[in-house]
Amino acid sequence: MKLGFLVDLNLCMGCKGCEIACKVENDVPLSSWRLRVKYIDIGTFPDTSRSFTPLRCNHCESAPCERICPVSALHYLENGIVNVDSARCIGCAGCMMACPYGAIYMDPETNTADKCTYCAHRIESGMMPACVVACPVEANIFGDVEDDTSHISQYIMEHQGAVQVRKPEKHTNPKHYYVGGGTQTLDPLAHERIEGYSLFNNITHLDAVGDKNHGVLDRFLAPFTSHGEHDNKSFMNFDNNAHESHEEEGGH
Amino acid sequence: MVENTIHATQAVVTLDVALPGIIWGWMITLNMWAKSIGTGVILVGAFLLYRHKKEEMPNLRWIMPLISFIALNVFLLFTLVDLHQPYRMINIFLHPHWTSAITVGAWMASLFTGLVTVMMLIGGFDAFPDFRKNCAIGKSVRGISGFYEKIFPFVVFLAIPVTLYTAIIMAESSARELWQAPAEVMQMMWAALLAGSAALIFVSGSWSKETRKDLALVLAIATFFSFMMYMGEYFFSFKSAEAEATLAYVHAGGEYNVEFWFGMVLGFIIPFFLAVSNMKSDNKTLLRFAALLALVGLYLAKDVWLKIPQMLPLS
Repeated sequence: MKLGFLVDLNLCMGCKGCEIACKVENDVPLSSWRLRVKYIDIGTFPDTSRSFTPLRCNHCESAPCERICPVSALHYLENGIVNVDSARCIGCAGCMMACPYGAIYMDPETNTADKCTYCAHRIESGMMPACVVACPVEANIFGDVEDDTSHISQYIMEHQGAVQVRKPEKHTNPKHYYVGGGTQTLDPLAHERIEGYSLFNNITHLDAVGDKNHGVLDRFLAPFTSHGEHDNKSFMNFDNNAHESHEEEGGH
Repeated sequence: MVENTIHATQAVVTLDVALPGIIWGWMITLNMWAKSIGTGVILVGAFLLYRHKKEEMPNLRWIMPLISFIALNVFLLFTLVDLHQPYRMINIFLHPHWTSAITVGAWMASLFTGLVTVMMLIGGFDAFPDFRKNCAIGKSVRGISGFYEKIFPFVVFLAIPVTLYTAIIMAESSARELWQAPAEVMQMMWAALLAGSAALIFVSGSWSKETRKDLALVLAIATFFSFMMYMGEYFFSFKSAEAEATLAYVHAGGEYNVEFWFGMVLGFIIPFFLAVSNMKSDNKTLLRFAALLALVGLYLAKDVWLKIPQMLPLS
């Protein structure tokens, strides 16, 4: 059995239902994501179009993150899922440096690496991943790519010439496929990311890897001191006046 | 931000999450720089011992492992400090994953540091016979004095993979196309020879002229080939879209452009000419100045090369 994902980008309407379902299901902290939907606008007004690309871990058959992890915190499950054992992770960020898809993050609450696991805990109990269930247009197709009768295998067969993976030149053999994608949407170098500006916010880069309040000394003292509970609310306690107003940024 | 867009498509990201910035920062630069000194002094020290009599370098036997010990401890400290869960470092020894160059490197570096510590203790107690004369540790260490020469060849041999394993970590970081194994392996080796010779130059005041000439020769060769390696990579690493986009951004005056050229000039070009001139005329002050510049420049060059591929958006 080799579990895989296929996203039909012709169907995706960018509702971000999958993104929210993933956040809720896996308690993904603010500033982090396991699954995100990226909007890319293509063309010049009035001939423009907007594409939506859900991005998550590719669960590569030859996963660079698994290879570089010094303590096997990243490991394969029998069904092909690349899983994470947070309790073993030492937080070296080697996996973040190795993953060509930028799919791994340093959890700011646990200060360990984490990523999409295809909802391995749900699959174990016979359920579909949360994002698949939430998708209103069934753009997310999940199943066993080694079973010719599975929905995903049938879908791949029906769309032979149009099935793509991200960065095939990396020889990672991803088990995450796209139908209806193009270079502009799947290649991160083929679209412009204007610094300090996007549709709803002006944050393009995180200012810390992991918890930004977890300095060098805190890392050593953490087991002996109460660091205070971190939850989503604590990440929202920032001074709004310290930032430039939205109108000044771009007029949106 | 590094990118390689096609003007005709006018493709622009209009909604996305914030991406991570530099993941491996100055601590990893310092880690690599210190390790270059730690292994380099052993490699260059071995070369000097092969070429010259011990009497020409009276303090080499204890000062070489001492410098290496200090540098290796800086390297190990920053390796540990850079971890988000430093106490779990023990997992590398309890749950080793042998496909990872981080694991293999940690084991080798630990063994190497242990052996260098033994050499430092033996060398130190032998060099200062009145120090802790009646101390039990001092007595027992002086009792195994010959062990130094027995383990030294093994330590020299081990210094090579300890120098090189970081290059394999970088090569395993397959998201960063700029780092290719063959080039990084050579970079690391030249960096170790450069840093090793530079560090030994500082303590070579009482050594013979001929040994200093050899140190200047190693420094000149290491700076020359390091510079050639960086130039080759900086201008001609265009075999992947990622490396090309990264370098095009830096070439165009983007971030780290100035730091890169400071590194090249301070670390390689000036020390090369100073070292070459010093092979003819033995000027200790100029040679030390060359060594200092080489160490500063090496840090800058390593820092740039570590950070620039991390500017790429991966998804």
